[in-house]
Amino acid sequence: MPESDDGCVSTARGPIGGEAKAAPARQVEREATAVTARVGAAAPDFEASALVAGGFKNIRLSDYLGHWVVLCFYPGDFTFV
Amino acid sequence: MTAVAARYAELRALDVEVLSVSTDSRFVHKIWQADELERMVPGGVPFPMLSDQNGRIGEIYGVYDEAAGVDLRGRFLIDPDGVIQAMEVLTPAVGRNVDELIRQVQAFQHVRATGEVTPSGWRPGQTALHPSPDLAGAVWKVWRPQQGQ
Repeated sequence: MPESDDGCVSTARGPIGGEAKAAPARQVEREATAVTARVGAAAPDFEASALVAGGFKNIRLSDYLGHWVVLCFYPGDFTFV
Repeated sequence: MTAVAARYAELRALDVEVLSVSTDSRFVHKIWQADELERMVPGGVPFPMLSDQNGRIGEIYGVYDEAAGVDLRGRFLIDPDGVIQAMEVLTPAVGRNVDELIRQVQAFQHVRATGEVTPSGWRPGQTALHPSPDLAGAVWKVWRPQQGQ
C-alpha cells in the first residue's frame, strides 16, 4: 500500500476505469453511473481519501489484492446503529 | 462500525482487511474517531475509514441513496483475486451482524481451499459437501437442515 502524503488538499480519484467518468467541474444534473458491483464479478476499483491511524492518505481498493477485504458502506459518522 | 472494530482481531487472523466507507469527509472521520469511537473501542476504529464525498463509489456499488445523499449500509466481501463473493445491503435503521460476516468469510475460505461447498449455516468443523454427480439426490444421506441451525 502506498504511503501517500498527508495531502489535506489533494483529492482522490474515486472510481478507476470502467463506466465511471471524471466529474465535471460544475454539474447541474448528475449522470447516472452504472452499478457494476455484483457477486462473482471483479470488485470495481476506486481511490478514496481516508483516515488511517490518525493521519490522512489515499487508498485504492486494488492495493489490497492478495487479501480478503470487507468493504463496509454506512450512512454516516455520528449515526446510531 | 464499532461492532466490526471489536472483532477486528478475529478478522485479521483470517487475513481480512476492513475498509469502511461513508460520504463524510476524512476530517469528520477524524473527529468522530476522537470524540466518540475511541470511547467505544479501545484505540478507536483500527481500520481505514474512507471518504466517498460525492457518492460516486457508493453509486458503482449500488448503495448510494441519491435522495438522502448518503451510502446505505452495504457490506461486500472481496476475495484475494478482487472478486466480490458476497454482498448484503440494508436500509439504515438496522445494523449488520458481525457473526454472520465471520461465518461467511470462513465458509468462502473453506470453499477456496478445498473445492468443497458449504451447506446452509455451515461452520468450521461441520460437514461440507463434495459436489459430484453421485451427490445429486443423495444430499439427504450426508446432511440434514438441522445441522445448519
